[in-house]
Amino acid sequence: MALSRIASSTHASNLLKPLSAALSIRRVISSDSTDPLTIETSLPFISHKCDAPPRAVDTSASELFSFFRDMATMRRMEIAADSLYKAKLIRGFCHLYDGQEAVAIGMEAAITKKDAIITAYRDHCIFIGRGGTLLEVFGELMGRICGGSKGKGGSMHFYRKQTNFFGGHGIVGAQIPLGCGLAFAQRYSKEENVTFTLYGDGAANQGQLFEALNMAALWDLPAILVCENNHYGMGTAEWRAAKNPAYYKRGDYVPGLKVDGMDVLAVKQACKFAKEHALKNGPLILEMDTYRYHGHSMSDPGSTYRTRDEISGVRQERDPIERVRKLLLAHDIASEKELKDIEKQVRKDVDDAIAKAKECPMPDPSELFTNVYVKGLGVESFGADRKEVRATLP
Amino acid sequence: MLRAIRHKNILPAFSAFRAFSSSAKEMTVREALNSALDEEMSADPKVFLMGEEVGEYQGAYKITKGLLDKYGPERVLDTPITEAGFTGIGVGAAYYGLRPVVEFMTFNFSMQAIDHIINSAAKSNYMSAGQISVPIVFRGPNGAAAGVGAQHSQCYAAWYASCPGLKVLSPYSSEDARGLLKAAIRDPDPVVFLENELLYGESFPVSAEVLDSSFCLPIGKAKIEREGKDVTITAFSKMVGYALKAAEILAKEGISAEVINLRSIRPLDRSTINASVRKTNRLVTVEEGFPQHGVGAEICTSVIEESFGYLDAPVERIAGADVPMPYAANLERMAVPQVEDIVRAAKRACYRSVPLAATA
Repeated sequence: MALSRIASSTHASNLLKPLSAALSIRRVISSDSTDPLTIETSLPFISHKCDAPPRAVDTSASELFSFFRDMATMRRMEIAADSLYKAKLIRGFCHLYDGQEAVAIGMEAAITKKDAIITAYRDHCIFIGRGGTLLEVFGELMGRICGGSKGKGGSMHFYRKQTNFFGGHGIVGAQIPLGCGLAFAQRYSKEENVTFTLYGDGAANQGQLFEALNMAALWDLPAILVCENNHYGMGTAEWRAAKNPAYYKRGDYVPGLKVDGMDVLAVKQACKFAKEHALKNGPLILEMDTYRYHGHSMSDPGSTYRTRDEISGVRQERDPIERVRKLLLAHDIASEKELKDIEKQVRKDVDDAIAKAKECPMPDPSELFTNVYVKGLGVESFGADRKEVRATLP
Repeated sequence: MLRAIRHKNILPAFSAFRAFSSSAKEMTVREALNSALDEEMSADPKVFLMGEEVGEYQGAYKITKGLLDKYGPERVLDTPITEAGFTGIGVGAAYYGLRPVVEFMTFNFSMQAIDHIINSAAKSNYMSAGQISVPIVFRGPNGAAAGVGAQHSQCYAAWYASCPGLKVLSPYSSEDARGLLKAAIRDPDPVVFLENELLYGESFPVSAEVLDSSFCLPIGKAKIEREGKDVTITAFSKMVGYALKAAEILAKEGISAEVINLRSIRPLDRSTINASVRKTNRLVTVEEGFPQHGVGAEICTSVIEESFGYLDAPVERIAGADVPMPYAANLERMAVPQVEDIVRAAKRACYRSVPLAATA
């Protein structure tokens, strides 16, 4: 277990200690305590052309508790989506994020909703992290009007403009220049915000990444490129796709940091460091060493190019939720039963959202023709049989 | 050989109408585009330019001349030669609410960035159910220049105009250039703005209204450049000039041609086109680009669908040849429509045809 130092307890909890010892539930730190707690990351950061941040991460009991709850929610949501897909209630593509939750959660802990995030198609959990609801996720996945994109987008096209989440992109690598464009706009508008552009090890070889990174570095854009390296680009292992799989170094003249992506505190520390860096010095690459338990998508079993031992090994040794569970137990922030109760509540929340989403209607046929343009100029659009189905775009 | 050299009054980028001169003002298409960019950048601080050589070089075709000096490097960005990258950056900036004008040195290079134009820009408002709008303009020269060969001569009007979510405009005159570019920049949707290199230097008269900084043309409305009653000729960009010349020749032979300057390829002004054909009963479509699945194909079909009973002759299409653009001057001439081709097609539509072979 990682070394941890508990900051000096408050006087009040010192008084409570002997009393609580008498009860079956002994609490050193209450789960809603915001007192500073310092915990070290499991692994050191490895840096490229910059100084790595310290391994000691500032957190608190309540933050750790929220990490557990939020990651458990994401985990349960993705597993439920798997079942819905197999029940044919979700169609088309469904790329699941279970295993990678620490990246989404750790990042949110380090930034604000004024910072921007853009990612590829494995976006359900990022959407939740940015404030999206379970109902919006399941509604969208099932193509209903209560979905985040009113059923018009699907699994790969979640957005939340009000909290600066810019999607949800289906074309591998396209989100990288788009993210640098967001950072450009932030700098142009003289805001002290940054953009986190997430991509996978598969996208890391895309030419447009290097084109965009070149401009980001030339123009000092506050862009942070985050490679979620789950080691497989679809079915192709990183060593078969990249001559140099040290993605944090691939920026060459752009500094980089390699981070244990299964350690939510390491992710938080790295993102905090990255934001400070980007605001002063321009772009940075973060490589999150992470893992996805599912295959690339629901049509990929994920076991033809990886061994089941590897998958279960990661689950055993590095699962991000288990790591936080152990921390919470070790610091006596929560009991086993409390954590199990959280998981039960999460299950219920997810089931409730699914039930509600199932009740939700599909979009009205007239929605076929909405949002083609912001300003439709009154032009005509056509259905498959243009003599039968025409609409005027407002 | 002596030729009268006309002095053209070159209007500075931001001059107003000169009250002391009573003659009609003339303006080149280049000046029209430059002044439109200048005025829109002045009116809205969110508008910025990016592209290769748009800044210090003053623009590969001098369209952006003077703008770097006036607005500074924060708003006029010279990009590296990386279309996929800078187009994506432009679209991302538009997602955030800025209003980029991205220049492609020619639209041939837009193919390197076409994924961003279609998948990142055109479809975003729809996929996000209205959350993410993309107020971006992609502009640059389109179609054939002179002697630049196959990779530098393609017309992209048909490709872009087939895509829902995009608006596609193509000016002919200076009035078109000013009015349509201003409309494009003000429009909240992604606009593909197809210029023509050979038109940049051409001069057109412009009224005081056109010179006013609030001047704007509506998107989706074609202009009847020349009224007529015997045959409708549709065209856009450079071909409008050719169609007008053809109309002159046809007039001498007693055929009154109505020339429609499309201005807007998407949305296509079907009602103006159909109304015209219902009047003339004959149609000739003219375009520079490849014939198969071209703009003319859409116009012809639209007329057949909406106005079949009004047609007195089969529809006629004049388009670029169905070959990559050759270099040799004689072959190049055969690969692009000429005025004679338009005249011949109009005569065919009027049952007065004289086949090519007979004129040889």
